Amino acid sequence: MIHAAGVVAQVVDTEWIGRHLDDVRTYTLEHLLLTGLAVGIGFVVAFPVALLVQRYPRLYGPVLGLAGVLFTIPSLALFVGIIPFTGIGIATPLTPLVVYTLLILVRNTVEGLRSVPSDVVEAAEAMGYSRRRRLLRVELPLATPVIIAGLRIATVSTIGLVTITVLIGWGGVGRFFLDGFARRFATPLLLGIALSVLLSVVADFSLLALQRLATPWARGRR
Amino acid sequence: MITFDHVTKRFDDGTVGVDDLTLEVPEGEVVVLVGPSGCGKTTTMRMINRMIQPTGGTLTVDGQDVMTVSPPQLRRRIGYVIQQVGLFPHRTIAENIATVPELVGWDKARTQERVKTLMATVGLPDSVANRYPHQLSGGQRQRVGVARALAVDPPIMLMDEPFGAVDPIVRSRLQDEFLRLQLQVRKTIVFVTHDIDEAIRMGDRIAILSEGGKLEQYDDPERLLADPANEFVADFLGAERGLKRLALIPVSEVSAEPGPVVSPDDDRGNAAEVARSYGTDWVVVVDEQRRLRGWVSLHELDGRIADANLRQFALSVESTDSLRAALNAMVTSRTGVAVRLSEGGLYEGIITQELVSKEIR
Amino acid sequence: MNVLGGILAWFADPTHWSGADGVPVRVAEHLGYCLLATAVATLIALPLGVILGHTGKGGSLAINVSNAGRAIPTFGIVLLAFLVAGAGLLPITVALVLLAIPPILTNTYVAVRGIDRELRDAAEGMGMYGWQVVRQLEVPMAMPLIMAGVRTSAVQVVATATLAAYVTLGGLGRYIFDGLGQRVYAEVAAGAILVAILALAVEFGLSKLQTAVTARGLRSTQRDDPLAAKATAAPA
Repeated sequence: MIHAAGVVAQVVDTEWIGRHLDDVRTYTLEHLLLTGLAVGIGFVVAFPVALLVQRYPRLYGPVLGLAGVLFTIPSLALFVGIIPFTGIGIATPLTPLVVYTLLILVRNTVEGLRSVPSDVVEAAEAMGYSRRRRLLRVELPLATPVIIAGLRIATVSTIGLVTITVLIGWGGVGRFFLDGFARRFATPLLLGIALSVLLSVVADFSLLALQRLATPWARGRR
Repeated sequence: MITFDHVTKRFDDGTVGVDDLTLEVPEGEVVVLVGPSGCGKTTTMRMINRMIQPTGGTLTVDGQDVMTVSPPQLRRRIGYVIQQVGLFPHRTIAENIATVPELVGWDKARTQERVKTLMATVGLPDSVANRYPHQLSGGQRQRVGVARALAVDPPIMLMDEPFGAVDPIVRSRLQDEFLRLQLQVRKTIVFVTHDIDEAIRMGDRIAILSEGGKLEQYDDPERLLADPANEFVADFLGAERGLKRLALIPVSEVSAEPGPVVSPDDDRGNAAEVARSYGTDWVVVVDEQRRLRGWVSLHELDGRIADANLRQFALSVESTDSLRAALNAMVTSRTGVAVRLSEGGLYEGIITQELVSKEIR
Repeated sequence: MNVLGGILAWFADPTHWSGADGVPVRVAEHLGYCLLATAVATLIALPLGVILGHTGKGGSLAINVSNAGRAIPTFGIVLLAFLVAGAGLLPITVALVLLAIPPILTNTYVAVRGIDRELRDAAEGMGMYGWQVVRQLEVPMAMPLIMAGVRTSAVQVVATATLAAYVTLGGLGRYIFDGLGQRVYAEVAAGAILVAILALAVEFGLSKLQTAVTARGLRSTQRDDPLAAKATAAPA
């Protein structure tokens, strides 16, 4: 441990970090903004799509097939590929980010709704729940863990992807990467990596906490 | 022969699965371990092939302490059938049956020959050899499980609720086939079930275990039913213990009475006398060749018996049927008795409720 | 339309199809990096996943590694590895291997662990040694999911290998970064399209391979769902 700490002290220039705390704040806020917008827009679009797929199961194959194909497109290719169409505004990093979150969220929301045991749905039907009421009171609550699991995957993935947008002039904490690389200086690189991982972990745990709050009945189990 | 000598299984969490069990499974017999869930019957069985390690006492198979043999070597000599069958879904039926022969290094020709024989033995058509488990019915899969366990002809078989996952009709058929097969192969079998009726039907001997692996009684089925060692055993055997016992006793155990027999040539006067001497108001009509013609009530008899309207016995029993079958025949007949016929269908006598109760009293 | 025309013109230009900077060479380089990284990752993750799954130990490690994998900023790792190790194959391979291990490890572990208890019980009860259970039961049964993991990894690796060009290597990323540098967007788009096509081709090829290595008895019992693996995959 002492050895490792020594190595870190050699590689990491803490003084440099101290001088760049403003950058840390600005870049982190940009990172959070891009991530929040991407996941937020993604969820707002994905949710009705998922409900539609649940209502008309025939859409399941085509919708998820299309999602699977889009998923195969490399993020870097998508980021730079759309520059000619979207220019260099925030739409350029945001569009691909939204597309990827969309794929994860649609899939997980649909799977969540489908994972509700059919006997529970039937019981609700037999007790006279309307379709709408059944969805709101039975299916959505029970699907919540899987839906939030999708949000977690989407959020963590997006936080990682945002660092790549540094190549198209954005980047959040990924901005440290290019700075460090250009000057062959490890401190900013390590700082960027550490901040990105930290953001992922914090976001993941927050969503996990949200899930536990939202599903009190699942707490005692497992 | 399998011997448990003060065998104990204490799990890591301190619970006792099997408590100081002493028990002998004789060569060539079916011993059924039965009891409520949590009684340690499966644990007891799984210690024999060391799927579970005993923590005390000595467990020997054919005189050899199981703890001195490596588990895989031990297990290859012991057939193992479980309720869920556990067929390998990625292998064909033939490949599944060939699993142990391959493990012990049989050559291809011998293995193939053996697979063919076994499939015939357990009643599987050749056509399923190259199918996969999911293409078979539950009953067929169960047969494959038995064939796989018999593959290298192990002298010992362990069977854990082997017929538990199939419907009652298939189960009953598999049980019959199993008993027929056991008559040929004479394996030493340890059979686990929670169903006392299955235990009575399958077992040469039955060991009744209670919670925590305590042996309550170890006897052959008839002794067990006739003389339960304690209240636990009596409770477990259930309120219909007497009936269950009757099912085990063949009709040949009781000597039939001649019965109030008349010939078709007799008239009402003869019949009334015969009936009175027996204390009945009906007579059995038997011709010169001892063939049963039926029975007739004195109230419906005017002149010659040959002219009377004879009634038939709906059911009859033979010497190999059980007393339970005889009792069934009694309660379905207005005469209140069962007629016993020879194999050739000739009249041998009647069985009354007194005869039956005397036998089980 | 001007943009599309430019992209089409780029593809139509025969000089882009030959020489050291031609599409065939770049595709070959790209595939080379990917093959190396996926192979190394499989050699590490597969045995590890099988061992963890077989013994049932280290389960939370095997499962959480895929979550952690998503949080790793690959681009940062590539650059850092370049700073530490210098030019050459090592930096990009290290980063790609790190990226490829989690899906294979997690899928292998989950697949082996998920095999029905009674199957393992039957295998052991028939007298199989541990390695025989692994070879005859666990690996064949887990193969579809293992291959799904390899597929997920390979597609991510193909996409991410684009970054190799950023640290002085070749591959299809060359078009993207050269095009960005010279502001020739047709070239950038052409590179992006080529990477996407290659990723789809690898996805398709590996799905065929997956079917081929799946035991026949398992094929009709398990729904072949190419999307199943995607639920846990991160975009690359």
